[in-house]
Amino acid sequence: MPDIVLAGGLVATAEGMMPADVRLNETGILAIGTGLDRGGAVVADCSGCWVGPGLVDPHVHLREPGQEWKEDIESGSRAAAAGGFTAVVAMPNTDPPVDAGHLARFVLERGRQVGLVDVIPVGCVTAGRAGQRLAHLDDLWGAGVRVFSDDGDCVADAGLLRRAMEYLGDLGGVVAQHAEDRGLAGAGQMHEGEISALLGLAGIPAAAEEVVVARDLAIARLTGGRYHLQHASTAGTVALVRAAKAEGLAVTAEVAPHHLAFDHTAVLSTDSAYKMYPPLRGPEDVAALREGLADGTIDMVGTDHAPHAAHEKDVPFEDAPRGVIGLETAVAAVLGAVALGPERLFARMALAPALLAGLSGRGDWLRAGSPATITVVDPEAQWVAEHFASRSANSPWRGRRLKGRARHALLRGRFTLRDGEVQW
Amino acid sequence: MMRHLLDIADLSRADLDGLLDDADGFVDVLARPIPKVPALRGKTVTTAFFEASTRTRLSFERAAKTLSADTMTFAPGTSSLSKGESLKDTVLTLQAMGSDLLVMRHQAVGAAQRAAEWLSIPVVNGGDGAHQHPTQALLDALTIRRRFGSLEGLQIAIVGDIRHSRVARSDLLAFAKLGATVTLVAPSTLLPVSTAGWPVQVSASLDEVLTGLDVVYLLRVQTERGGASVFPSLAEYTARFGMTRERRARLKPGAVVMHPGPMNRGVEIADEVADDPDALVLEQVSMGVAVRMAVLFRLLGGEADA
Repeated sequence: MPDIVLAGGLVATAEGMMPADVRLNETGILAIGTGLDRGGAVVADCSGCWVGPGLVDPHVHLREPGQEWKEDIESGSRAAAAGGFTAVVAMPNTDPPVDAGHLARFVLERGRQVGLVDVIPVGCVTAGRAGQRLAHLDDLWGAGVRVFSDDGDCVADAGLLRRAMEYLGDLGGVVAQHAEDRGLAGAGQMHEGEISALLGLAGIPAAAEEVVVARDLAIARLTGGRYHLQHASTAGTVALVRAAKAEGLAVTAEVAPHHLAFDHTAVLSTDSAYKMYPPLRGPEDVAALREGLADGTIDMVGTDHAPHAAHEKDVPFEDAPRGVIGLETAVAAVLGAVALGPERLFARMALAPALLAGLSGRGDWLRAGSPATITVVDPEAQWVAEHFASRSANSPWRGRRLKGRARHALLRGRFTLRDGEVQW
Repeated sequence: MMRHLLDIADLSRADLDGLLDDADGFVDVLARPIPKVPALRGKTVTTAFFEASTRTRLSFERAAKTLSADTMTFAPGTSSLSKGESLKDTVLTLQAMGSDLLVMRHQAVGAAQRAAEWLSIPVVNGGDGAHQHPTQALLDALTIRRRFGSLEGLQIAIVGDIRHSRVARSDLLAFAKLGATVTLVAPSTLLPVSTAGWPVQVSASLDEVLTGLDVVYLLRVQTERGGASVFPSLAEYTARFGMTRERRARLKPGAVVMHPGPMNRGVEIADEVADDPDALVLEQVSMGVAVRMAVLFRLLGGEADA
C-alpha cells in the first residue's frame, strides 16, 4: 500500500494546532510538518480541515446479538465510519446481554471482521442486567472488557454498586452508570416541566438523575473506584460532577449530542424522534451541559446511538421505544451547540473516550511514530442529514441543515472514510 | 379553514364562536319532530375508540346520523389490533374503506395528531391520553353560553384531578379564550407540575373560592387509581374537594354545577347536587350531540350558512 499524505490541514499535536501535512502508512504516522515529500503517496486534501486523533464514541448500541433488524455490528460500523469515528464502545443491553466473556469475544470478533472501526464491548455490571448479582466480571475482564454498565437500566442497589466498584477497582475497570431513580422516573415519558404538564405526559424530573448521581458519587468516595456517568442531562448533575472533580474523585462524565442540541420544547410535536432516556431537558439544563462540555467538567461526548426500525418509531410518542441514532450527525451537532474549536473537539470526542475505553495506542495527540488512526473534520461543511448508513433513521436531525462533518477517517493507516464516503 | 380538530389551542376566538353558533342552530334541529337534515348525505364518519368510551362515541354517531352521514364503528377489542396490527395500518385501512372523516380516541398523547399526519381525511380528536378532548370543551362552553348568554366575565372553577385530565386541559383553554376567569382547584398531587403560562389561577381550597363562582366544574375522581398515592383517601378528598350539599348551599344564586361524567356519586358530587336542577350534567350530554354536529359539518360540509 502506498503512503498517504493528509495535506493542507490544521493538525492537532501536543504542541497545539499547526498547519501541516501528515505522512503515514499502516505502520503509523511517519512525519508531521510543512513541505513534506509527497512522492509516491496518495494525497488527500485536508484544506480548511482539522486533522486529529481518531474519534471515539464511548456510548453506542449496535443491537447485535439479538435485534439485528434495528442495527448490527456491520451497519453500525458503517454509521460510525460515516460519522468519522474510528472506535465505538458498544453497550451490552443486547439479547442476550453481554454478561460473560464469550459474548464480549463475539462482539470483538464481529467488529474485527467488519474492520471499519474498533468495536469495544462493554460488559454488564450485573448478571443478565437484572440488578440482582454481579456479572462474570473476571471472565469479561479476561475477554478485554474495561468498561462495565447495565446501561438502559440503572444499577439501583447501592450495595451491589459498591461491591462492583470495589471489585473492579482491584482490576482497574470502570463502572459506567445510567443514572435514573426508578421511583422518581416512574412511567415518565419526557422531562417533567411545563411541556409535560401542557401535553399531559408523565414526566421524569431532573431529580430522578440527580439523586442517583449524588448517591453514586458518595459510593465513589467510599470505594475510591472509577466512576463514569453516562449521558448527563441536567444542570444539577453538572454541578455535582464539578464538585466531585474538585474534590479529586475518579469521576468522568459524558453528554449526548441531542442533549446539547435540543430542549424539551421539541417534544411539543409529540414526534418520537425526540424520545430518549434521559429525556430532553429544560433550556437551563442545555446551557449547563454546554458550559460543562466547554470547561471540561463533562469530559466527553457519547452519542447514545440507539437505532430503532421505522415501524417501531412511527407510533404515538408514548408507544415508541426510547432512543435516537447519533453517530453520523455527532460532529455537526456538537459543533453547532458549543464553539469548542479543534483542540477541545478532539479532546472531548477522541482522547477522553479513548482513555475511558482503555484503547491502547490512543488517547494522545498526533505525533510521528504513533498509530495512524486519524479523523479529519471539515468544520464548515454544509449538508443535510437525509440518508443514513445506519440501518435505522430515527434521528432528530433528519431533514435538518447541518454544518460540520468528517471528511476523512483512517484506522491504523487505512482509509475508512474518504471524501465523505465510507471505504467499504 | 379547519382541516382537523385536534387541540383547542389551534382554535381562535372566532373559530370557537363560529362553532358554538353553528351548534346553537343544531340544537334547534335536534328539537324538531323529525331531527334529521341531509347535510352530510353520502359521507361516512368512522369512529375508532382505542380506549373504552360509550358516551363520546355514541354522541358522535348520533351527530353523524342526524346529519344523514353513514357511520362505521371500529371496535379494537374484536379487531386485528389484537393480532398485532399497528395503529398506522389500522387507520390507513379505515381510510381505504371509504371513511370521509375519522373520530379517534386513544390512550396515547398525540395519537390523533399522528393519525392526522398519516391520513388525507379530516381527523377529530375524541381524546388523546391526558392531553386534549376538544369536543368536550366545546360542549361545555356551549352549555355555559346557553345558560349565561356568554362566558365573558364568568368565574369558573375546575375541581379535581387536573393533572391526568384531558377535559381540564381542553376546557380551561376554551373557557379562557371565551372570556371567563378560570381557577384550577386541586391538591398539589393532582395539579400539573407546572401551570406557568396557563391562563388560570390555582387554589388548593375549594371553600376559599366557592362563593365567588358562577360555574363549578367537577372532574371525575379516578377511583381506579385508588387514590392511594395522590391523596390519602376518598373520604378526605370528598371532605376537601367534594361538592356536598353544604357547599352547594353556599354557592351564589344562579351558579351551576357541571361534570363530564361518568359521575362518582358520593365522592366528587353528592346525590342531591347531581340531581338538582342547577346541575347541568344531562344538559352537557345533550349539547354534546349539537356540538359534534357542528364539528362534523364544519370539517365535511363547508361553511356555517349552508
